[in-house]
Amino acid sequence: MFVKKYLVIASVFFAAVQGAGCVKSADAQSSLLPQKAPPQHWSFEGPVGHFDLSAVQRGYAVFVKVCSACHSLKQVHFSDLSQMGLTPEQTIALAESWQIAAGHDEAGHFKFRKGLPDDFLPSPYSSPAAARAANGGAVPPDLSRIGLIHPGGADRIYAMLTSYGEPVGGEKAPRYANPYMIGHITAMPPPLHDNAVSFTDGHPATVQQQAHDVTTFLEWVSEPHRDSKRRLGVGVVLYLCFLIIIFVILKRRIWSHVRK
Amino acid sequence: MSGEQSAQSSENTERKDAHSLSGFIRNYMSFPVPGDLNLLWTLGAVLLVVLALMIASGLLLATSYTPDASLAFSSVEALERRGAAGWLLRAIHTTGASFFMAALYIHMFRGLCYRSYAAPRRAIWHSGVTLLLMAMMTAFAGYVLPWGQMSYWGADIAGKAAGAVPGVGPLLESIFLGGDSPGSPTLRRMFVLHFTIAFSIAGLVALHIAIVHFKGSSSPSGSKGQGRERMLSFHPYFTVKDVLSILVCALAFVAVMCFWPGLVTEPENYRPANPLHTPASIEPEWYFLPFYGMLQAIPSKFGGLVLSAGAVLILFFVPSLDDAPVDGRPWGRMHVQSRIALCMLIACFVVSGLAGKHHVQGDWLLVERIAMAGYYGYFLIFLPLAARSQKADLPDEVED
Repeated sequence: MFVKKYLVIASVFFAAVQGAGCVKSADAQSSLLPQKAPPQHWSFEGPVGHFDLSAVQRGYAVFVKVCSACHSLKQVHFSDLSQMGLTPEQTIALAESWQIAAGHDEAGHFKFRKGLPDDFLPSPYSSPAAARAANGGAVPPDLSRIGLIHPGGADRIYAMLTSYGEPVGGEKAPRYANPYMIGHITAMPPPLHDNAVSFTDGHPATVQQQAHDVTTFLEWVSEPHRDSKRRLGVGVVLYLCFLIIIFVILKRRIWSHVRK
Repeated sequence: MSGEQSAQSSENTERKDAHSLSGFIRNYMSFPVPGDLNLLWTLGAVLLVVLALMIASGLLLATSYTPDASLAFSSVEALERRGAAGWLLRAIHTTGASFFMAALYIHMFRGLCYRSYAAPRRAIWHSGVTLLLMAMMTAFAGYVLPWGQMSYWGADIAGKAAGAVPGVGPLLESIFLGGDSPGSPTLRRMFVLHFTIAFSIAGLVALHIAIVHFKGSSSPSGSKGQGRERMLSFHPYFTVKDVLSILVCALAFVAVMCFWPGLVTEPENYRPANPLHTPASIEPEWYFLPFYGMLQAIPSKFGGLVLSAGAVLILFFVPSLDDAPVDGRPWGRMHVQSRIALCMLIACFVVSGLAGKHHVQGDWLLVERIAMAGYYGYFLIFLPLAARSQKADLPDEVED
């Protein structure tokens, strides 16, 4: 709050310096808040929804092919991904398809090895500075919890992925118009293209389908236990309802002796 | 009435075997309780269960937590993603914190509403307010531990608030943070504090209950409910009522934890702490919002701190501000003024929380100031006046 107060003081100071021009820019900025995303249908929405695991798996394919070039999933182990419906063998194969940095060889060159289920998913950049240098000054955020922390939730992630406009800005720091980003501008180039990914289950790899699936994957990876939690909840609620009925009867019987 | 019999037989057994454990338990089970206690009196038992749940889940969580600025966030992530039932433990602990504070507020509201603080039960009220203070400290320290964005900036604000105390402020701030800004030393302090206060709460709760047993429970009908003939034995009448209430609360607990977790979690805290990036809006958990609003209500930092801490500390003085004896007037037949004043107090508390949520900006500043005046007005103006008029009324009451 105090920090905010300083910010307010600072903005008042700048307002005084810039004069009337500031009012105009403030107006412009409030009009550039992200648009409200049109609601989509999601398998996981609502208190008793559950993840469509085939969509989660297709979304993982999109993540590997597209997102992982710039974004990390720092908190996730390969073994965590087995919960999207993989057998232990499939999990090992999935881990082995990734290259993990393994120090240097005698000549000082980077060495790599195949991934193991207990490895973290590798980050595409060695440091935030490297990420910034490679992306025109912007750091691609980590996606481990993006489904929880992204304001607007799944609907806005989907809308953002499918609503790119014209590129703006210079060569050095390319920016792209997108009505679902703050300021209606983003440093992320349009990530999805028709048939850039091929789905093994025969789904057509349109931009919409890829966006839908990768959003489902990101929501799932943000809270992989959401389904277990809901399943547990249904069981416990039924059990408690049963117990409550029994105790209501018991209470009425015990209290039946008491005169009001 | 069988309750009367068991209450009397309890007194005989009381002396015989007060020194053996089974006697102790029997003694507690046959404790005579006013028969007209309503549902609000079951919240004590609910709080006891939530406290046990919090200590149990907290101990298990602590086994995989690392109080270090560079590791805390990922240790919590690892626990939630890969720990044995880690996601369940954390969900229980998070939901439990909100439920504990909610039940505590209702429990205290019941005390204010039925004047449970009046003599001879002052000690119960004082231990209860101390428990509220300790619970708030524990909740705050616990919220810092996951080391997300809100944890970090919450600790930052608390440090700055401590720093606003004239004279010793900077010293307090550096003791609290263990440095210039929140970091590993802060985390270790919060971890130890979270632990020690939690266990102290368990101890003080035992004392709180012991005093209730010593002084006897208050009742909705005031002194009229305290007659021997109106007493019922704690077991089975109130054990079954308490268990029923606990089950209903458990149902609400599970529904929130499993189906609507968004009600008790702050998404921003799933972002790792970043000292270089201030979140657009820093706000505490819902149960601190009324006090957070008061903290921002006046332009002076220290003044805000005094008003906000005073809003809790003033509860200590409630038995002195309203020193009229327990009367036989239940809520339904309470003075209209008292009922209106109590509703205003609740409204002020809630509105102050809403203003806190909106950072007391724009019109909310005026709203917050009115709400705060209402909150303090209840304790400083209404309670003493009500006590005076009640003491003046008293002879009439006796004649009735």
